[in-house]
Amino acid sequence: MNGLIDTLRQSDIATAIREGDYLFPSIECVHVLALCIVVGSILVVDLRLLGLASRGRPVRQVITSIVPLTLAAFAVAAAAGGLLFISKADKYLENGFFLAKLGLIAAAGLNMAVFHLVTGRDLDRWGAVPPTGAKIAGGLSLFLWISVVACGRWIGFTMAVN
Amino acid sequence: MREFCKWLASTPLSQTLQNHDWMIAGLQTIHILGIAVVLSSAVLIDLRLLRIAERDQAPDQVARRFLPSIWLVLPLLLASGGLMIVGEPRRSLLNDTFYLKIGLLIAAIGVTAFLQSSVLRHAAFWNATALRRTLVKCAAAASLLIWSCVILAGRWIAYTDTDLGG
Repeated sequence: MNGLIDTLRQSDIATAIREGDYLFPSIECVHVLALCIVVGSILVVDLRLLGLASRGRPVRQVITSIVPLTLAAFAVAAAAGGLLFISKADKYLENGFFLAKLGLIAAAGLNMAVFHLVTGRDLDRWGAVPPTGAKIAGGLSLFLWISVVACGRWIGFTMAVN
Repeated sequence: MREFCKWLASTPLSQTLQNHDWMIAGLQTIHILGIAVVLSSAVLIDLRLLRIAERDQAPDQVARRFLPSIWLVLPLLLASGGLMIVGEPRRSLLNDTFYLKIGLLIAAIGVTAFLQSSVLRHAAFWNATALRRTLVKCAAAASLLIWSCVILAGRWIAYTDTDLGG
């Protein structure tokens, strides 16, 4: 594991990001832009599951029209985040907020999987206000993604990478 | 402006913010969550007008779903952003990138207001000819680009903070 981290950290691309003046800030800008779309778009789905917004639109239509955008933005955010990570992999792995952020993202993914496989199987029958299980999934997602953003911002204060 | 920054930094509110790192971090977190709402709402409206997303719903319905979030959350962004300035006046007020961001923000608000009017109040006029429909699409593309640049410039403020020396 340590060997892998060192290999990544010493790769040409990680070194370029770490030592260049503009690469780290530029990649971070892309990361922030993409994560705003991830969080903002998933919020639309969460609020629909909570029965608080887009109530006149069937849940399935909200999900099929929004989630592809969320996933595309997540791919960009994760790729940019991965590049930021390898540039200072050792320091990130020592940072509690970074580890918490990864755990929270995993939890958000798990929540989505459970919803997809269990809670949401009969979503075509839901009306304006979905059942309790869906509300829990929506509320949990809301809470987890807000926490992901908070942890991400705190990394900047605890690692001096702004 | 330097004098103003000095005065602002000496106010009790600024002192309180300066002495509590978690307050600045908390404000930045609220700010970025607000940006997520505004940006995503704008992007969804723009993508609908460009016929990329939400095609099964009419443009005016998509606009009615997402425009209120933009206008409701913008004041929250001004408030959290204002407090961030009070907490660290030199970081933004002595920083060209900050003024670039404000300029872009004003342009983004302008384009959004135009889209609102062309999709809702004056929809018949803007739908009447092919040229007008193309203009609305161009405005949607411009909105996508300008709102993104607002966020990029906002993040860049941290890297042109003269107090950090780079």
